[in-house]
Amino acid sequence: MNLVFYVLAGLTVLGGLAAVLLKNTVHCALALTVAFAGLALLFLELDAQFAGFAQILVYIGAVAILVVFAILLTRGSETPEDGVFSHTWLAGLAVAAAVFAVLGWAVIQSAPALTHESAAPVVTVNQIGNALLGRYVLPLEIVALLLTAALVGAVIVAMHEKEETK
Amino acid sequence: MTPLGGYLLVAALVFAIGLAGALTRRNAILVLIGIELMLNAANLNLIAFWRYGPHPEALTGMMFAVFSIAVAAAEAAVGLGLVISIYRHVHTTDLDEMNRMKG
Repeated sequence: MNLVFYVLAGLTVLGGLAAVLLKNTVHCALALTVAFAGLALLFLELDAQFAGFAQILVYIGAVAILVVFAILLTRGSETPEDGVFSHTWLAGLAVAAAVFAVLGWAVIQSAPALTHESAAPVVTVNQIGNALLGRYVLPLEIVALLLTAALVGAVIVAMHEKEETK
Repeated sequence: MTPLGGYLLVAALVFAIGLAGALTRRNAILVLIGIELMLNAANLNLIAFWRYGPHPEALTGMMFAVFSIAVAAAEAAVGLGLVISIYRHVHTTDLDEMNRMKG
């Protein structure tokens, strides 16, 4: 546990909290980007360079932009007068707190079983490419199919419907 | 606290924050943001277990996380498309006002 971990963990948690708590939806999207960046840096800190850069490309590059587009297309940036939280917010908060309590209890109880420092694994992009086109080629093809289906599906769902086509 | 325990606690905290956001916010887009945070917390768990697991050279955890990122991106695209489609029908993204399934 070093200083870098604490800084990155604080950045991620603060970004996540701001994304959930802020009133203005555009500010929420920006805070979400900070949380994604913190998570990507945590991946890099865990010696998972490929996953870290994939996180930056996919989440900061694509998902955050999509979220901002959706907010601006739906006038979601206007803060409603009667609050941003649902009237059942107390129940939701209780469920989330209970989930965190159980998860935290499980992690702390299992602390003796968790391994300590181990040598940093050396993973090159070459190895990842060989694994993706060797052992993991079937999941890769399925993900490719899924992304194509999601692309077509998202366009069809969001497409304008013609008024009363004959 | 071992390093793995620290990462697992951070992931649990991010997951709880995302869950709280998904359950308490009224804007549909903010609910999707909460779901994205939960997916990311799961990815952090996968990477942490891969890094401190017995066989990091097998690349299993990292591959799982990379595929999970791809699936989450597809989920975000379809989810936001649905929000835009619903907005066109009812002219709101407020989930408390969406109380009927008929268009």
